[in-house]
Amino acid sequence: MKEALVEKYFRPGRLPHIWCPGCGNGIVTAAMVQAIDREGLAKDDVALISGIGCSSRVSGYLDFNTANTVHGRALAIATGLKMARPSLTVLVASGDGDCSAIGGNHLIHAARRNIDLTLIVFNNNIYGMTGGQYSPLTPQGSRATTAPYQTIEPAFDITALARAAGATFTARATTYHTPLLTDLIAKAIRHKGFSIVEAVTACPTNYGRQNKMGNPGQMMEWQKDHAVMKAKWDTMTEDERAGKFPIGLLSERTDAVEYTAAYDEIIRRAQA
Amino acid sequence: MARVLLMQGNQAVVEGAIAAGVRFYGGYPITPSTEIAEGMAKRLPQVGGKFMQTEDEIAGIAAVTGASLGGVIAMTATSGPGFSLKQEMLGFACSAEIPCLVVDVQRVGPSTGQPTSPSQGDVMQTRWGTHGDHWIIALSPASVPECFDLTRRAVALSETYRCPVILLMDEVVGHLRERIDLPDNYDDLPVVRRKVPAGAPEDYLAYQAKDGSLVAPMAPFGSGYRWHVTGLVHDETGFPKGTPAATVAQQDRLRKKLTDHLDDIVTVEEYRLDDAELAIVAFGGAARTAYDAIDLARAKGIRAGLFRPVTIWPFAEKEIRALAAKVRGILVHELNCGQYVREVERAVQGRVPVLAYSKYDNESATPEDLLAEIENAMKGGAGK
Repeated sequence: MKEALVEKYFRPGRLPHIWCPGCGNGIVTAAMVQAIDREGLAKDDVALISGIGCSSRVSGYLDFNTANTVHGRALAIATGLKMARPSLTVLVASGDGDCSAIGGNHLIHAARRNIDLTLIVFNNNIYGMTGGQYSPLTPQGSRATTAPYQTIEPAFDITALARAAGATFTARATTYHTPLLTDLIAKAIRHKGFSIVEAVTACPTNYGRQNKMGNPGQMMEWQKDHAVMKAKWDTMTEDERAGKFPIGLLSERTDAVEYTAAYDEIIRRAQA
Repeated sequence: MARVLLMQGNQAVVEGAIAAGVRFYGGYPITPSTEIAEGMAKRLPQVGGKFMQTEDEIAGIAAVTGASLGGVIAMTATSGPGFSLKQEMLGFACSAEIPCLVVDVQRVGPSTGQPTSPSQGDVMQTRWGTHGDHWIIALSPASVPECFDLTRRAVALSETYRCPVILLMDEVVGHLRERIDLPDNYDDLPVVRRKVPAGAPEDYLAYQAKDGSLVAPMAPFGSGYRWHVTGLVHDETGFPKGTPAATVAQQDRLRKKLTDHLDDIVTVEEYRLDDAELAIVAFGGAARTAYDAIDLARAKGIRAGLFRPVTIWPFAEKEIRALAAKVRGILVHELNCGQYVREVERAVQGRVPVLAYSKYDNESATPEDLLAEIENAMKGGAGK
């Protein structure tokens, strides 16, 4: 099954990937591919736009219309592409630093517009490619090469940020919960409007090592132990929630008009 | 039928863009270019195109590159501070060879400077603004009709050479109102579009030109040719390849695809230059002063003429050398502290004196101001 998906969706000659042993990015990539396969999308009809960073290299490995663009700008570029070709399914792959720091402005505005893009955030809590600097999604109190005495900045909850900005589909899963991750990405693709799926993924090399998280297997155990399904999360007290995070479909709204559809109405009005 | 209109330069850019086939605009309002965004917001949906006011300057040009990847002719417009913000994306468009039009209506800088005052201080930023070696095309209109014509030409060059093209305006031309004759509809005006691949998708290489032109066909995303775009150094496949040989091959091709076609890309205008002893080199709004100043000088028996680079970049090196061979002196007039004059000096290589009339006090020169400089130059003065 997995081999067939590699054969079908991975570009010949582009592997091996650049990711370290134990990196979770490959698991997220597999979930993306399985979701696309499940949705029955033709490769010609899918675009995958990424920014800069470890996870953004994913666009080069997969056999779609792909672009590994500029740090932070993937959503803005994808917005223009979607406006030009609304029939394309446009996915955006972005790391936590890429989309919440340097690209944070584009994130909130893509969410506000409700443009039909599916953003998959590879959240490894760190800038991996540059060697382990803290991002806005690094948990407060972590160590990073630029926080040798621990981070003092609170982390974003990026799904809550997107939801507050107007995202009509927000979800989270981890690389431990791969069937759920696949399922959520598939649902996000089907959703007409801006969707964000936060994929919690381990960076053993540059986050785990600095924060004594153990080996890659232990980092996935951490994901298992700290993630709570949304239905259970909703029944928990604040004390019970401490240190944990919810996974699953966190919110979905269908009451907002999708942006390219709204613009079609502008064209009709201008031509009337 | 032609329409005779009184129109502002920025509005003429809008009409030129519509006529050129631009169907996507992404941008952020900024003085003195805002009328272009306003005009495109109104005009684009009328012709089935799309306008977006983006969250910032960077998103504007980013969305433009995305739309261009989708096969739509796309543009943005900005001014000084916004032009600075767009530089990284401009480099991406150069490297990944994504056609797009970027209009910079210059204002006084640095920083916020004087938003509503004329300047030509972005001449060198236009050439070297993004990091790394790169090659760029920039055109500079000097009249409202030329805003229309050069917007079309900029789009055509961008689509032909698969590169970003900058329309380098200034506040004088952007806000100038004068007569323009436009056709009732633009259907008879040719639209130049990028080459698209015709062969089998499996044989398509996004950065390999098979016709010897150095410009590869560009398949719109979603048209059945799946390819990869990157700002990393890449080879003809489009995938990253950072070897010394691949790096040199990419740089050489990006340069040569323009420098092999200078006769097509570089245009200049001459005014009363045939028998001139002194050539004024001026472009854009500064050239407007020069026409009148030259007429005033001629009335006084001074044989002055205008050499106006319409293509600012690539530099009209061959033409400037030929100019230096036939005049006794060159006076470069620009609205900055002296940028283009350095290129002129470099090309002239001391064959004739190159003087500068650099004006940077937030106002255009009057013809009388420039006449005084011409007279000074003819007396052998050093210029300013």
